[in-house]
Amino acid sequence: MLLSNLEFMTGKKVVKHLGLVQGSSVRAKHAGKDILSGLKNMFGGELKAYTELLQESREEATERMVQQAQSIGANAVLNIRFSTSSIAAGAAEIYVYGTAVVLDNPE
Amino acid sequence: MEQIIIVAVLVTLGYFFGRHAEQKHFKSIIEREQTLNALPAMASRMPPHDDQYQQTLVSGNVVIANDYFKTFVAGLRNFFGGKISTYETLLDRGRREALLRMKEKAQELGAELVFNVKYETSSISGQSRKNIPIIEVHAYGTALKKL
Repeated sequence: MLLSNLEFMTGKKVVKHLGLVQGSSVRAKHAGKDILSGLKNMFGGELKAYTELLQESREEATERMVQQAQSIGANAVLNIRFSTSSIAAGAAEIYVYGTAVVLDNPE
Repeated sequence: MEQIIIVAVLVTLGYFFGRHAEQKHFKSIIEREQTLNALPAMASRMPPHDDQYQQTLVSGNVVIANDYFKTFVAGLRNFFGGKISTYETLLDRGRREALLRMKEKAQELGAELVFNVKYETSSISGQSRKNIPIIEVHAYGTALKKL
């Protein structure tokens, strides 16, 4: 599966548009990590536990989008966008969407 | 009285540790930016037409928090209004770090260019800790490797 946030793939032709595909993932903070980062808050700096948490969450959302694209027979997703929204204290939703297409020569 | 002492201690600790951490971070950002200058990231959506590229989505993210001293100063500033420069450095650090992480991933793939770079900034501190700002910056784009 080819992924890109451009609107085309250089040197490849879009044969068929299959519409929008999407994936989302909601994650909450782990209590232990939360306490540790509370301490970290005093001195500032990067909160590695959260960075990893959100990274994993994004990967999962992307994975779901790819699965949806595969199930409708696409071989690439173009014009991908990410969005993040806070839905409650300590929980964030990661949403990713794009256009599923069929390319003439995917390799 | 006790509370005032606790706040004073936290502000002092935050000032020294926070300043040290920030200076160290900025030094590392500047160093890495210089080594990654050869790999430009652009907001343009149109790569050069005459070449064929292998396109891959790359992204980098960072969650970063202010120290207690800066939060305290910003709280005072909030009262009088005006520019809050302590938050500006926080966002600057976050954006540059996220972009660097994205570029590092592009470099691992052997890409020469990163196109259509987008930034996304969100506050994740939630309602439980209203006063301490924690931000997440996510930078993503398409890495192009010449075929």
